[in-house]
Amino acid sequence: MNKSALPDPFKEARIEKGFGQMNDQNDPVKILLRLKDVRKSAKNWKTFQSGGDEVGRIVVPSEVHIRETRQIPFEVDPPQHASYRNIVEPWFKRPLEATYQEKLKAIVATVIDEALAKETVEVVEDFSLVIQSRALTVLLNTPFETSKTWIDWGTHVFRSEDTALDGDKATILYDYIDKEIDRAIQNPTDDLYSKLLASEIEGRKLTKEEVKGVMILTFAGGRDTVINTITNAIAYFAEHPESLARIKNEPEILNQAIEELIRYFAPLTHMGRVVTTDTEVCEHATKAQSRISLCWASANRDEKTFEKPNEVVIDRKINPHVSFGFGTHNCLGATHARTLLKVIITTLVSKVSSIEILEHTDNIEDLDQFKRKVGFHKLKVKFNA
Amino acid sequence: MAKITFITPDNESVTLEATSGSVMELAVQNGVKGIDGDCGGVCSCATCHVHVAEKDFPLVGEPSEIEADMLELEDEVSEFSRLCCQIKVSDAIDGITLKVVEE
Repeated sequence: MNKSALPDPFKEARIEKGFGQMNDQNDPVKILLRLKDVRKSAKNWKTFQSGGDEVGRIVVPSEVHIRETRQIPFEVDPPQHASYRNIVEPWFKRPLEATYQEKLKAIVATVIDEALAKETVEVVEDFSLVIQSRALTVLLNTPFETSKTWIDWGTHVFRSEDTALDGDKATILYDYIDKEIDRAIQNPTDDLYSKLLASEIEGRKLTKEEVKGVMILTFAGGRDTVINTITNAIAYFAEHPESLARIKNEPEILNQAIEELIRYFAPLTHMGRVVTTDTEVCEHATKAQSRISLCWASANRDEKTFEKPNEVVIDRKINPHVSFGFGTHNCLGATHARTLLKVIITTLVSKVSSIEILEHTDNIEDLDQFKRKVGFHKLKVKFNA
Repeated sequence: MAKITFITPDNESVTLEATSGSVMELAVQNGVKGIDGDCGGVCSCATCHVHVAEKDFPLVGEPSEIEADMLELEDEVSEFSRLCCQIKVSDAIDGITLKVVEE
């Protein structure tokens, strides 16, 4: 009954010091662990910047050596940030529309029906990746068939089995996006590429490089995170059929259940910032040009705010989690992610009576001082109708 | 039944009625501009920030500690700030006016 558990490796350091250390490719990161510090620093974009000169440095592991394109609006700070964010925000709110949700429902129902018909299902590759990729066609408004290419890439666009950073795989994504942008220039449709190419900022059209920056963010930000969320949800409901039954009987708790699973899973462990001026974090001197990270996963387990932080309380009513970040750079894809999880849970509730875990291999992130389980490399299950 | 008046960031006044649920839900269901309620009402996203009219504040009351921690970091925070997902609709708040805070 603990295969679905995601333990909290940060507790001791969070209580004692408030931060941890990680040596990422000789560019160390001071990892902030307390909810209040994380939220306060996320709001303070002047001291803890995202949009510095070194593109890719706020990502941990750093992508400085494998990426030149600035991710937009993610690696841009105010005031320019708002100009970009205002362009993309309405598009990324489309998941609130009924027609969008109908498309997701059809995608999820098909995958769950196929899973029910099989003896066993490997969830990561054959369930989560498939749903994530097909759902992405709805977000980008591209033809359903485009998802086939993305499924063929495998579970990690940037990461391969043995190395955390894989320049060759990153190139596959960047080349693909370049081609799709050229395609949209030649033959505009009503997809996101075309929409961005037609958008204006400060009285001029977005450049190809800017469009590419938005598209890389969309592909990269919503892949591992969504795959881990779906996989973890399947593992959780396999071990907690009572929660599935409860949501069926009390559909009014559905929103609380979604937010609680997102808190508990914290699919993105942390995100970095570059310090712009000598300052202090947790009463510890921190130099200009060094890096900190905001550890969403640790903040979500902060015992000062959350009762029973290491339990999934499926109807948790007050839940100030930071799984989608906080402040200026909060997750652009959050509406899509929440809507997709809602559709998956409601479809599971209506079609699936139980799930059995047959085999599993944990996916454990190595943050030097901390080892955190973020999900699964493999999860073999049987779905029962 | 409670009547609640929202003053939106572009100074429009919208009066809505409800008997249950949260004030955020009422606003979102009726498309009140500036109230997004992204997290669905669990006090996580701060996209339902309002300033309660001073005379009405005693009816609504002070925020909880967790809510106050969220509000403290908002740019437009005032002593009458609340996240309206944490305000329950009831007869007790009939007639209040809330100014929607633009993000």
